[in-house]
Amino acid sequence: MENAELLLLARAQFGLNIGFHILFPSLTIALGWVLLFFRIQYARTGDAAWLATYNLWTKIFALSFAMGVVTGITMSFQFGTNWPGFMLKVGNIAGPLLAYEVLFAFFLESTFLGVMLFGMNRVPSWVHIFSAAMVAIGTTLSAFWILALNSWMQTPAGHVMDANVLVAGDWWEVLFNPSLPYRVTHMLLASGLTAAFVLTGLSAWRLLRAADDASARSTLRTGLVIAAVLVPAQIQVGDLHGLNTLKHQPAKIAAIEALWETRNGAPLVLFAVPNEDTRRNDYAIEIPRLASLILRHDADGEVKGLEAFAPDTPPVLPVFFAFRVMVGIGVLMLILAWGGVWVTRRGALPPRWLLWTFAAFTFAGWIATLAGWLVTEIGRQPWLVTGILRTADAVGQVSGPMLGASLTAYIVTYAVMLIAYMVVLTHMAGKGAKP
Amino acid sequence: MTFDLPLVFAVLMGAAVLLYVVLDGYDLGVGMLMPAATAQEHEIMVASIGPFWDANETWLVLGVGVLLVAFPLAHGEILAALYLPAVVMLVGLMLRGVAFEFRVKAEGWHRELWNWLFWLGSFVASFAQGLMLGRYVTGFEHGFLYYLFALLTGAALCGGYVLLGATWLVMKTSGELQAKALAWTRWGLAWVALGVALVSLATPLVSETVQAKWFTQFPFVPRSYWLVLLPLATLAAGIWVWRATGQLKKDAAARDWTAFAGAISIFTLAFAGLAYSIFPYVVIDRITLWQAASHPSALKMVLIGVAIVLPFLLGYTIFAHRVFRGKAQALLH
Repeated sequence: MENAELLLLARAQFGLNIGFHILFPSLTIALGWVLLFFRIQYARTGDAAWLATYNLWTKIFALSFAMGVVTGITMSFQFGTNWPGFMLKVGNIAGPLLAYEVLFAFFLESTFLGVMLFGMNRVPSWVHIFSAAMVAIGTTLSAFWILALNSWMQTPAGHVMDANVLVAGDWWEVLFNPSLPYRVTHMLLASGLTAAFVLTGLSAWRLLRAADDASARSTLRTGLVIAAVLVPAQIQVGDLHGLNTLKHQPAKIAAIEALWETRNGAPLVLFAVPNEDTRRNDYAIEIPRLASLILRHDADGEVKGLEAFAPDTPPVLPVFFAFRVMVGIGVLMLILAWGGVWVTRRGALPPRWLLWTFAAFTFAGWIATLAGWLVTEIGRQPWLVTGILRTADAVGQVSGPMLGASLTAYIVTYAVMLIAYMVVLTHMAGKGAKP
Repeated sequence: MTFDLPLVFAVLMGAAVLLYVVLDGYDLGVGMLMPAATAQEHEIMVASIGPFWDANETWLVLGVGVLLVAFPLAHGEILAALYLPAVVMLVGLMLRGVAFEFRVKAEGWHRELWNWLFWLGSFVASFAQGLMLGRYVTGFEHGFLYYLFALLTGAALCGGYVLLGATWLVMKTSGELQAKALAWTRWGLAWVALGVALVSLATPLVSETVQAKWFTQFPFVPRSYWLVLLPLATLAAGIWVWRATGQLKKDAAARDWTAFAGAISIFTLAFAGLAYSIFPYVVIDRITLWQAASHPSALKMVLIGVAIVLPFLLGYTIFAHRVFRGKAQALLH
């Protein structure tokens, strides 16, 4: 089998796993904090409605957490099988970051999860709240460590060469590499939005069946308020993240903007079909000078095109479209969240068509997160670690048929899991919280 | 003070793998025993492992994680050689994990289906782990006898997990289910005895390295008579489990944790034998611990993290087990 095909299979398989995995943490990271809020509200007020709400959403959390755990384990195996070159070249830096994730976060969340799920009647109230807090802190910490590694791969810093492998020169610089603050904030906000729209969407689903469900009304409003606050923050952080990327990974920005040539006063391409063969955009709809204005804060500013980075440029088409999907969903989220907060003021029930819209947007956060992930990971190509290690140089020796067979097994398993997950989630939400 | 860092990490990895095998072993064992129980008993069985399985599975991530982080050369080598059984194991663990959650929420034949998948996932994961062990010990050699040996270790590990699961249930349940668990313990023990005996006999035959570690003259002159202690202690632990179940059968007030402790001893002894056989290799006959080790700067960094976390980790693991001590009730979150 051709090396190029092996590389593609290895990437497809790893991408499928990591893309499927990310769905569940992106929900549970923020949902953990929402649960803590419900739990504290119950302790504060003693109102059984809060307890019912907490119990329903704990079930949803437990299910999502389990999906995250089992798909996460798969990845710890695939680092070595799919990308042995990665560990050999940069393992001295990537390894400790992964180890810290397991040590400082994974054990914390999974151990206290047991107490949180089953221990309410066995421990004092404050110990139970403490356990819920530990779970929320654990999920957030695990995001921090994983994103520390991902950020280092995108914008490496703090390393020195020692006999052809990288070792850390300064761990502080490795950890707080240039893109880390932006990436972590961007991801945590994405998680907040994912959880907010799941809250809103599933509550709307319940309200379509039982309009007088007080718990669903309150969680609908909770989700909308969280989203209304977080969407503008996310837009601001996204912009800063983009400027940071322009500084450190300009080729990624050129692919996002589908800018083939370096030019002053670059236009913002709203829509186009980037054509890799002719190296120009077909059917382009552009706003003159706007890209320069956004990226350089100067309508005549120079923006580097893909030609400046040839031949090490990412594929343009997927990065270009994934970015527009992400931004498009962001805009829709803003409209829905602010509109929703307005409509539900003073406890009013939204009209049915709006409830249907919320329900349809239940998993909008997932699509936006996946799209953003595609932008940042494909946009990094052909590098696995920017400027240091090429993806093609890290691929392993596992044969094509084996990769193909396991890819098939994963696809089938994941499809079954995802369908079951969606069915159970909507079923539980449809029945609502039971006091 | 200087540490032999690769050795420290080998001990750490061994501890994590042993803890995983014991902790998730009882989960998987309980899963494999599902078809032998009634629908009401299913609830208690699942409730007995419910608060723990997430954390138990984390030890696998730590074990594989240490292999990846401390011995990256071996991680690639071992997991590439075990690629297919590892995928099968992972699919099994996925099925088991999600079935655990889904079965609670399902009703009617749906619940039956998830129960069945729970069993299937537990069984497939256990068998695949045993298979991987067999392939690993023989240095991934190809050939009919080597494959047969791997099938044997697969079956033996299933037996071992059933023993762990059954003794766990003896400790965590009462009444009729406990009586059943006592019978399962004895079946599991017989299975384990057969498996351990066969694997112990076959291992020196399929691996010359292991043979040389145990015997100066095969099969009659062991390298050291201290080594004979290991099989003898294992035998004693087996008898201990058998007697413990006998006492509980006669007297329900007898201590209910002794059989589980005995089962853990059997696993620990078997693991010690294995570790002795393989040392100093991490991939048998090919790569030693020191050849596979990461750069000292990386190992030091991880070691600092381990030193900080380990006391807390042990602390809250014990805390969680104390919260749920005593007999399990069919509780649902």
